[in-house]
Amino acid sequence: MSARQASAPVIDRVLPIAATVVMLAAIWCVFVYVPNERLQGAPQRIFYFHVSSAWAAFLGFFVAAGASGLFLWRGRVEDDRMAMAAVEVGMLFCTMVLVTGPIWARPIWGAWWTWDPRLTMTVILWTIYAVYLVLRSSARDDPQIARYAAVLAVIGVLDVPLIQVSVRLWRGMHPSVLSAPANTGGIEDPRMVAGLVVTTIAFMLLFVWLLRLCYESLRLRDELHRLEDRARELIR
Amino acid sequence: MSAAWRILHKDLVLELRTREALSGLIVLMLLILLTFTFAMDPEGAGEAAPAVQWVTFVFAGLMAIQRAFLLERENGAWYGLLLCPIDRGAIFVAKMASNVIVLGLAQLVLVALLALLLGAPALAAPAAVLLVNFLGLIGFAALATLFAAISVRLRAREMMLPLLVLPLLVPLVICAVEASRVVMNGGSLASAGAWLRVLATFDVIFSVAGWMIFEQLVQE
Repeated sequence: MSARQASAPVIDRVLPIAATVVMLAAIWCVFVYVPNERLQGAPQRIFYFHVSSAWAAFLGFFVAAGASGLFLWRGRVEDDRMAMAAVEVGMLFCTMVLVTGPIWARPIWGAWWTWDPRLTMTVILWTIYAVYLVLRSSARDDPQIARYAAVLAVIGVLDVPLIQVSVRLWRGMHPSVLSAPANTGGIEDPRMVAGLVVTTIAFMLLFVWLLRLCYESLRLRDELHRLEDRARELIR
Repeated sequence: MSAAWRILHKDLVLELRTREALSGLIVLMLLILLTFTFAMDPEGAGEAAPAVQWVTFVFAGLMAIQRAFLLERENGAWYGLLLCPIDRGAIFVAKMASNVIVLGLAQLVLVALLALLLGAPALAAPAAVLLVNFLGLIGFAALATLFAAISVRLRAREMMLPLLVLPLLVPLVICAVEASRVVMNGGSLASAGAWLRVLATFDVIFSVAGWMIFEQLVQE
């Protein structure tokens, strides 16, 4: 306990600085360093943020499912907080994926949205975790809600492979309006690879930082509730 | 197992004596179906029959499954069930089974109505249509039964059950609609094989997961 208390502030001081520095480097990479993609031109540059957010989103959802499983298994409130924080942060990055995707797709595919398997998959995941947040906020004071939310996260992650398979099959059997996107086709240039690596590191740092912040704010909220209850008892 | 059987028996006797769930469900399905028909061009509606069928089934089914748990809240019956010295998984198995029976009967009526009202060729290959419907029914009942146990305890329960279940049902709806489309158009079961495999996997995963996780939901 004391060892953790001693080490935690160091991480929390280093993380914001590291995330900021690498994020600035990532922005420089995306706007200055990487060359224009031959066919797509400037719009392709959104790819770096788009892909990095997608990885951060999926990481968030898997952390949430893992923490939820642990919570159902051993019932520790820390696991529940971690799950909640991971869903909140994962949701943020997933929303970024769904915003940056159409911005890129409009000039390149000529449409904001298509029912490409990956897009469909992402939007379904987004809805599952949106429901998770609705469920959480629908009954804040119910002590059982943590358990319910954990069940949803675990069932959600079991559903992911099924969604993936069915969505692929579904699109495979329909005529495709647009030709298959070649959004990985232009990534032979080593500068593009470097750009993607730097952006991904930046997003991972941002992810961990936000996750810790969310976790801490949830912990403080619980602490506040505990103190409020105690104060009420003392007044009585 | 005998505990699950007793609970199932109780639910079925209750249903036989009141016939509330089944009659309500069938009328609701008919109404949703009619609403669809009025919203579409009736001439081309046969094309859309598989989609109409599963959307109708899912929405009406959610109502029915919600009701199966609401029933237990009367007179504190739910606490009586929880106080029984039985495996909680048995409660899930029994509830799911009674939902499967009630929904299955309603589903037969729904398929008949589709053939009648939309001219869907549902009776071209009865065995194949039955199999597709059965596979869709099992997965739906498993997921909806599990989450109805949650939603019934929430304040906004009428809204929360669809919210919880619909996103998770996406694979089932996709596969059930596509498989229904294949078999209704006279395709063989083999040509719907890929869809049926996903449906069967869905059924197995969520029946087992529901049975295992249910215990976590009903701790008081």
